[in-house]
Amino acid sequence: MDVSFILIILLFGAVATYFVGDKLASKAALLFSTAAFAATLYVIYRYNMGEKVSYLHTWIKRPRVLLNFQADSLSLAMVALTTVLTPIIILTSFGNMFPKTKSFYALILFMAFAMVGTFLSTDGLVYYIFWELSLIPIYFIALIWGSGDAESRKKAVVKFFIYTFAGSLFMLVSFIYLYTKTGSFLNVHLYNAHLTEKEQFWIFLGFFLAYAIKIPIIPFHTWQANVYQKAPAVGTMLLSGIMLKMALYSIVRWQLPIAPQAAAEYKYIFIALCIAGVIYGSILALKQTDLKKLLAYSSLAHVGLIAAGAYTLTIDGFRGAFLQMIAHGFVVVGLFYAAEIISRRYNTGEIADMGGIRTQSPKFASMFMILVMASVALPLTFNFIGEFEVLYSLAQTNIWFAVFGGTTIILGAFYMLRMFQQVMLGDKGTKVFADITFGEGFVFALIIGVLLFFGVYPSPIADFITPDLQKVLLQINQIN
Amino acid sequence: METNLALLLLLAPLAGFLLNIFAGKKLSRNLSGTLGTFAVAVSFAVTLFFFMQVSSTKEPIMVNLFKWMTLANFDVNFAFQLDQLSLLWLMFVTGIGTLIHVYSISYMHDDENMHKYFAYLNLFIFFMLMLVMGSNLLIMFIGWEGVGLCSYLLIGFWYKNQDFNDAAKKAFIMNRIGDLGFLIGIFIIGYLFHSVDYIDIKNAIASGSFNVSDVTNMTWLGIATLCLFIGACGKSAQIPLYTWLPDAMAGPTPVSALIHAATMVTAGIFMITRMNFVFDLTPDVQNIIAIVGAVTSLIAATIGLMQNDIKKVLAYSTVSQLGLMFLALGLGAYEVAVFHVITHAFFKACLFLGSGSVIHAMSGEQDMRNMGGLRKVMKITFITFLIATLAISGLPPFSGFFSKDEILMVAFHHNKPLWVIGSVASIMTAFYMFRLLYLTFFKDFRGTEEQKHHLHESPSLITFPLIVLAVLALVGGAISLPGSSWLNEYLAPIISHPAEHHALGTTEYMLMGVAIVGAFIGIGLAYAKYIKQAFVPAPDNEITGFAKVVYNKFYIDEIYMAVIVKPVYALGAFFKNVTEVVFSGFIFGLGKVANAIGAQGKTAQNGSVGLYLFVFVLSVCSIIAYIFLK
Repeated sequence: MDVSFILIILLFGAVATYFVGDKLASKAALLFSTAAFAATLYVIYRYNMGEKVSYLHTWIKRPRVLLNFQADSLSLAMVALTTVLTPIIILTSFGNMFPKTKSFYALILFMAFAMVGTFLSTDGLVYYIFWELSLIPIYFIALIWGSGDAESRKKAVVKFFIYTFAGSLFMLVSFIYLYTKTGSFLNVHLYNAHLTEKEQFWIFLGFFLAYAIKIPIIPFHTWQANVYQKAPAVGTMLLSGIMLKMALYSIVRWQLPIAPQAAAEYKYIFIALCIAGVIYGSILALKQTDLKKLLAYSSLAHVGLIAAGAYTLTIDGFRGAFLQMIAHGFVVVGLFYAAEIISRRYNTGEIADMGGIRTQSPKFASMFMILVMASVALPLTFNFIGEFEVLYSLAQTNIWFAVFGGTTIILGAFYMLRMFQQVMLGDKGTKVFADITFGEGFVFALIIGVLLFFGVYPSPIADFITPDLQKVLLQINQIN
Repeated sequence: METNLALLLLLAPLAGFLLNIFAGKKLSRNLSGTLGTFAVAVSFAVTLFFFMQVSSTKEPIMVNLFKWMTLANFDVNFAFQLDQLSLLWLMFVTGIGTLIHVYSISYMHDDENMHKYFAYLNLFIFFMLMLVMGSNLLIMFIGWEGVGLCSYLLIGFWYKNQDFNDAAKKAFIMNRIGDLGFLIGIFIIGYLFHSVDYIDIKNAIASGSFNVSDVTNMTWLGIATLCLFIGACGKSAQIPLYTWLPDAMAGPTPVSALIHAATMVTAGIFMITRMNFVFDLTPDVQNIIAIVGAVTSLIAATIGLMQNDIKKVLAYSTVSQLGLMFLALGLGAYEVAVFHVITHAFFKACLFLGSGSVIHAMSGEQDMRNMGGLRKVMKITFITFLIATLAISGLPPFSGFFSKDEILMVAFHHNKPLWVIGSVASIMTAFYMFRLLYLTFFKDFRGTEEQKHHLHESPSLITFPLIVLAVLALVGGAISLPGSSWLNEYLAPIISHPAEHHALGTTEYMLMGVAIVGAFIGIGLAYAKYIKQAFVPAPDNEITGFAKVVYNKFYIDEIYMAVIVKPVYALGAFFKNVTEVVFSGFIFGLGKVANAIGAQGKTAQNGSVGLYLFVFVLSVCSIIAYIFLK
């Protein structure tokens, strides 16, 4: 069994989910997504045993396009993140009724398929196709099943679509240029394209535009908050939990090794931009009155820090970025789920209309508190490990980066605790909050379990990804 | 065996936490409290065992569990170091911790969330143990942030009151400012030493593999210790990060005694003592520490003169006493600082628990203007409180006299102005503590008839800890008597450069005399004003002039609000209303240009996805075709 099997399960699952009909769709989706995760674990097991799990196949002879799904620890880690979060995200949707259920769940699986494909492809063109393919399901999910009035939702979602699509075109142009130079789309060939400094700069910038919009990095983030707010919870989780990691992952997999000299030369500028985003997002989060928007800006701050770690071109920065990607995936899904649970009961997204929840559901309050603490990177949560390593790498690059990036420790606590106080504490007044169900509690317990386990014992993941990160770093340093 | 025992020591409170958080609701309140107390008592018993062992063998116990974090230059292990310093701290953390748990069983008995209270208290002990036991800076940091979390949870324990929640939030955020400093300090230490283990760092300095004559190295080391000190300022409530501590009194009173007086707030002193071999190398930073400590002790004491809330007075006195400890640290007299930490833990815990007993009897009243005459009804509380007050005021033979006197002696020999500041703060301390004592326990009762009716001595679960702590406050000074100090010998392996201890000569006896006279002046002034003149502080609206400024804590909170918090919000408003609009408009501007150019613009605005899909497929195909045909 190789990695293509995961793709097949997800694609087949999407089709099957559509055809089993509305009644069974959610269960079918859960089944297939769990199967995909099980398959991922098995593939990782085989990979660790040293067996061959990559799928390599020539697709088109001329131009040379390869259907390569290369498994290394980095792609496998991201595939595992995708396939573990997908069933969790599907579980979070169980309390809601969706019209056109079968399409909804089929699209989720299709999206997982496209994202897994993006993580695994080593051929630039195939990678690009998967990259764009993932945009289509999320577009429909946000547009059809989102909240708020249809007109403003459409405006937000279309803006997002055009924007990310436009950004990706710059990446496509970069790929085409690289193909004309090397006659290949394969990443290892592109790493050794022997580009001039000027070429590297433009290629680097082309990739950067695509990634900066997807992640997003300021000032390319203006699509984000509105879409996060208006998309259904599931869509927001897919976007923030997994999809934006496609771009962060691609920085390490594509952008840096293809244009290593540009990466080294301009890294201070890009790190500074990312860190500006950390502070900017944090301060904006303080001013939000809508819970989902607040979480969106908080996410903006956190991913800025992850990107900054990747751009340091250090092993600690890389490792921190990867660990933080995984940790952020879990915590952000948990937080948006909490927001969803509140809006199911209070029918509002406005923070000012909430409050008094802790008296009515202490269990929910405790679990939300743990997620808040993970989000502000309290030690012994997984998020601390990644954040510490990223900040450490920033300190080695320039101490001021660590100081300014580190303000997230203070500002994060500020806006998260302020939010928690307004949303959860205080007197209940007349508002009624039904205690969380077993199913809801189960999802939180899963997420919290992962965050605490790897917060205490991150070595299984850290030791797994480190050798391949070192390879990437070696590749970059070889050229420089 | 040692590993297992150490794990038992660490994990017993965690088990207590888990038990109470998951099953506490089903248990009776007494059982839930007893379990919580038992968990800490187990830790205390194990500590006692290790303490005996290490006292005789003088060999630290090292426990290495597993690798926690991987960094390019070094690994960080989950490892613990039980040596003289950590065991000393463990002794009073678990010892006083057990007493305060006992006290809480009675004090919190009427609270519906009592199991949660004990859960949080146990969790606090767990993190405090982690902080103290860690063998490297990052394990300490786990505990450091963990106790901050528990402090947040316990300050905001009565969460329906949003003022209390504000206080809790403020404590957490201010601590995090310090924590960032701590982190940056760790980064630099890790960079310089390729390790964050105490032993590695100490060895690197001792063996010379860390070059102390290299200017760049030493500059960075100075920045590192300064950053670590900023961390200490946050946790131990020093200028400019002290304002959270008085607000933290919103929590239940036993919490104030345990966390905000005896244990957590001493973490900064622990950390600096832990790293004494590094701080010794950066004299400039040591000077800063001494000055900050002295000034903090004076300013907090000044504010304490005017407060009318019984817990606020004690809170400012804690800040002030912590300032004295930092003064000692800054002068390189680590063992003296540690000595004062210990005596302070005894008498301040006793004072806070005593005030809790008073508040209990007064049905929640905390304003001393409404108290008075309580010594007649609350004999045990009064006597224990009196002993602790004498101790903090620095009268012999009470413990506080010896420790405070040592600090002032060190200051006198190093830096006369700092000695003057410390002495003035001490006189003020004697004054406001006796002011508190007189207003609370003497003269006639000034509260309502209903309160008067309820007055009673507290039950034995409350008075027992008071008596134990009062005895300790009385005799605790014995661990480091002038001339023959058990403590200094005990700590000798930990402190690289022990402070010079001057033999008891004329100067020393004279200094003691000055200190005693000073204490009597403070007490005498308080006696004249509050007993002789029977003065009762004016109602809030009648306070004017400079007194009003002091009463309102020099408006420091208001200044921070205006200078830091408000501008951040203003910046947020600017970002929200201006830059976001500009960034967004810029992109939409591009969109409009595109619309003007493309004939399909209208359709694009309508969001026809079919079109996009078509464009997408077409573009990919045409690219492939382009390459193919080329």
